Amino acid sequence: MSNIDCPLCGPRSETEFECRDEADIERPGPYAQVSDRQWAKYLYYRDNTEGIAYERWRHRFGCGQWFNVARNTRTHRILAVYAIGDKRPAPEAEES
Amino acid sequence: MSSFRIPDKGQIDYGRPLSFQFNGRQYSGFKGDTLASALLAEGVQLIGRSFKLHRPRGIYASGYAEPNAIVQTGTGGWEDPNQKATCVELYEGLKSRTVNAWPSLDFDVMAVNSALARFLPAGFYYKTFMRPGWTFFEPIIRRAAGLGGCPTQADEETYEHRWAVCDVLVLGGGPAGLSAALGAARAGAKVFVVEADRAWGGSLIHCDAIVEGATGIEWAGKAVTELDAMANVTTLNRTLAFGVYDHNLVALAERLTDHLPPDKRRGPRQRLWKIRARRIIVATGSFEQPMVFPNNDRPGVMLAGAGAVYAGRYGVAAGRQVTVATNNDSGYANALMLTQAGVNVTAIVDVRESPPETQRAIAAEAGIRVLAGCEIVRAVGRRRIEAIELRQSAAMNAPQATARSLTLETDCLLTSGGRLPALQLFAQAGGKLRFEDRLHAFVPREAPEGIETAGACNGQFELADALQSGLSRGVAAAQSCGFSVGDAQLAESPGVDQSPCTPLGSSIFTDGGKAASVAFVDLQNDVSALDIELAVRESFRSVEHVKRYTTLGMATDQGKTSNLNGIGLLGAARKEPIAIVGTTKFRPPFDPIPIGLFAGQQRGRNLQPRRELAAAEQHLSYGASMDDYGGWMRPSCYPRDGESESAAIAREARQVRSSVGVFEASPLGKIELLGPDVEVFLNRIYVNTMKTLKPGRCRYGLMLTENGVIFDDGVVSRLSDGRFLVSTTSGHASAVADMFDEWLQCEWPDLDVAFADITTCWAVFTVAGPGARDLLQQLDTTLVLAKSVFPHMSVREGQLCGIPCRIQRVSFTGELSYEISVPWSHGSSVFEALLDAGVQYGAMPFGVETLMTLRTEKGYLHVGTDTDGTTMPQDVGFGPVIDRKPDDFIGRRSTMSPHARCKRRRQLVGFQVLDGMEPLTVGAHVVSGTSGAAMSSEGWISSSVRSEAVGRPVAIGLLAGGRARIGEEVFVWDIAGVRRARVAPPCAFDPDGERLHA
Repeated sequence: MSNIDCPLCGPRSETEFECRDEADIERPGPYAQVSDRQWAKYLYYRDNTEGIAYERWRHRFGCGQWFNVARNTRTHRILAVYAIGDKRPAPEAEES
Repeated sequence: MSSFRIPDKGQIDYGRPLSFQFNGRQYSGFKGDTLASALLAEGVQLIGRSFKLHRPRGIYASGYAEPNAIVQTGTGGWEDPNQKATCVELYEGLKSRTVNAWPSLDFDVMAVNSALARFLPAGFYYKTFMRPGWTFFEPIIRRAAGLGGCPTQADEETYEHRWAVCDVLVLGGGPAGLSAALGAARAGAKVFVVEADRAWGGSLIHCDAIVEGATGIEWAGKAVTELDAMANVTTLNRTLAFGVYDHNLVALAERLTDHLPPDKRRGPRQRLWKIRARRIIVATGSFEQPMVFPNNDRPGVMLAGAGAVYAGRYGVAAGRQVTVATNNDSGYANALMLTQAGVNVTAIVDVRESPPETQRAIAAEAGIRVLAGCEIVRAVGRRRIEAIELRQSAAMNAPQATARSLTLETDCLLTSGGRLPALQLFAQAGGKLRFEDRLHAFVPREAPEGIETAGACNGQFELADALQSGLSRGVAAAQSCGFSVGDAQLAESPGVDQSPCTPLGSSIFTDGGKAASVAFVDLQNDVSALDIELAVRESFRSVEHVKRYTTLGMATDQGKTSNLNGIGLLGAARKEPIAIVGTTKFRPPFDPIPIGLFAGQQRGRNLQPRRELAAAEQHLSYGASMDDYGGWMRPSCYPRDGESESAAIAREARQVRSSVGVFEASPLGKIELLGPDVEVFLNRIYVNTMKTLKPGRCRYGLMLTENGVIFDDGVVSRLSDGRFLVSTTSGHASAVADMFDEWLQCEWPDLDVAFADITTCWAVFTVAGPGARDLLQQLDTTLVLAKSVFPHMSVREGQLCGIPCRIQRVSFTGELSYEISVPWSHGSSVFEALLDAGVQYGAMPFGVETLMTLRTEKGYLHVGTDTDGTTMPQDVGFGPVIDRKPDDFIGRRSTMSPHARCKRRRQLVGFQVLDGMEPLTVGAHVVSGTSGAAMSSEGWISSSVRSEAVGRPVAIGLLAGGRARIGEEVFVWDIAGVRRARVAPPCAFDPDGERLHA
């Protein structure tokens, strides 16, 4: 069970968190100008990376804060925790 | 004292005899015994019948490796299946029995299987029981094969969970583990050290080792005393680490009262620890591996190390005439130890042609004859081994130059096929293994971050090496956690004796002939050498596939004594080295864990906290029939004496429609929002336009997911400019609040909105019916209730009976209705006051089922009942609402997709029943004919009730292209039969809403 470093509460166990989707998915708009394909891409198409994934997590059974996590899906190693809207941290060479 | 006890030997309290039962017979042992040692001391070797062939089986090992001696202990609510007799601590009055024999262990009907061993190979069941089908035979086979029975009574024990965090967690309290704990603890690290056994010391308990001038057991005692005295150390014995998970989380089962008679147990039986450690040192020792030869499962054949443990720790001789068979040097040390303990060891059979001179010298000193260069042909005897047949190679009989056969009489054969580091936990954590030819064993190759191995678990079988590696690993672990380590501490390390390791001989003796079918690799699952060969012949090659086909390494011991030999046989059959074959995946748990331990305190009433209404007690006093609605205990209706539920619902509905009723709606979700941007925010959240909502007004709204599917519905009330109150479906408030939070934090951080889920701050009572206003006017209130001032779909704040309140004129019944919210603590008194004021109108409380009747008559949808994971707003009549709204909202773009615009979507409609007064069945399918293609489902009934107000049953449901089919006759099909109905508008009662606006 992963140990996740909540930006407000510090390291806590994974069971206190929820992961919802990949990070930095942009909501297309205005809606009248969005094609079916663009909208489908926004809703359903994901990288599903093996390796470093950037995901949105929330400290659901804690402070409720949403944040981003850069995580190696192969090893479950967490590389970085950063704020929603912040730039993605550069991946460490050994992990890529 | 029984004849197998060695007087005064071992860690046994001979002053405290204990009586116990096995298969109904009375026996006695002593404090300090396990069930296995006590049975052995009483001369009981036959413990059970094997899994498939029902062969007689005895005690084989001394701890967690035990494959055979599986018993059911306790009775009633304390019954515990599949206990290893070798791990059960003896207590006064312990009751135990064999698990797999019927009618009795001595006369077991299914033992006929053992005569058929050759005809019951791997895969036999699947190949044989094909017609009429496996499911036909399975129950019969499951009864014949298997382990313990499921207890028939609920577990009387309690369990608890506990979390901890530490710097260094040491798994194992043997020489390596205790050294590691000392090293880390002296440096100041926060240390947990755990030992699965009752006693600390591991191999030191039974060996005659001298450590730092003390006996091994004295040294272990001193080490634990020192550790216990340190504030930064927690020592846990009787605690089994059974799983290692991501990021160094270790799950452990601490046995608190298992060693006590049930009537002496206080508090939880076991405690589940979840310990997050910065560093983990795995010092779990090793498992001795057996030898594979025909009849190697006969009672009396045991592991050599186990024989040493029974003698050294428990003071029990495993036999009167003991033979040791070995393929490595450890057999000699064990034979010597046994002899010194007073056990009669008559011979050492060494499969190697030239045992090292040092070992021969040990045997000579002990006066034990050595037979080198021997193959084991078979064990003789049935319920107990009587002799072994050997073949000594030609080289050993130089003058004759031919192999000779010989038979040795023995009642106990101790075998040693080498040692295998106990790397289960290390491998679970992701540690990689490699095969070390020198040791003929898997050893650690690559450790996961923060995890290390020490001692025998690291392939360091010599005591001095174990002590040294433990200490240095402990010190290094503390250092890596930032603790400084003085030279003095390092200098205390015991010296290392690197004794050379002689290569191991073979541990497998089968000629591939029919005797191989009783040469067992896995004793627990009756997997023979022949089965492995058969699996390979049938093209199973991967070790994982062979495991599943043959059941090698499954069940309660998880192959602790079988995997290595199994892999060896598989390698031989595949003609590939063991290193290429590899191991199966190691998964938790290390040993079976009671289900109750995982449940902890979350069972019975604690499984899901039940939520009670504000006026819970009054509901009961009014005769409510209570039910669980999404975690809330709510009145379904209030049946009077002798009244059926449906009669009660009809009476309550009649009362509301004709006069007035009171309903507790406290579970209604309530979220309050504050801030200048709330109107913008809610306008984006709801399908409906919310930004035009005036203070004091309410508006119904639908909420979607981004997929355009209806997520929730409710009423938005604007209390003042920047203050809104949102109601959600009961039980859905936290999900809606979570959704608000996600959009505000992740997508629209620029919006200035604060909100809180205030569901349980306010108790809510709905006063509904034509007399609702009259009823409220009886009460002392600051609010003006006149229709012109307080119309339908408006909200007011004020006081009722001197209590602050919020009242919304909204209706889910179709009647004039006031939803009154008061602070929760005033809920019960307000409920009383409302009913008292309503006496003259005959007011009575009504329940959830009555409300469902009233709202179904009105065709009001209930999200999740009348909608599913595909229902969009246009399907429930909200198309025009969307068309009128220019702004974006969550899910809007999805409502514009080609799929969303399809005319054949399932739409919410009503159904008039055409054939009688019985309501349609909820879930019944709507079809256009009663045969052939016309029978395919076009939708279903989602809500259906009896209705006095309408005069016939009413129903609503989802129907393909439903709105265009109003007036059409359809069939409604379910397994009970076919009904006739006419498609109608959803609202069957007061379609113009005159009553609402009264």
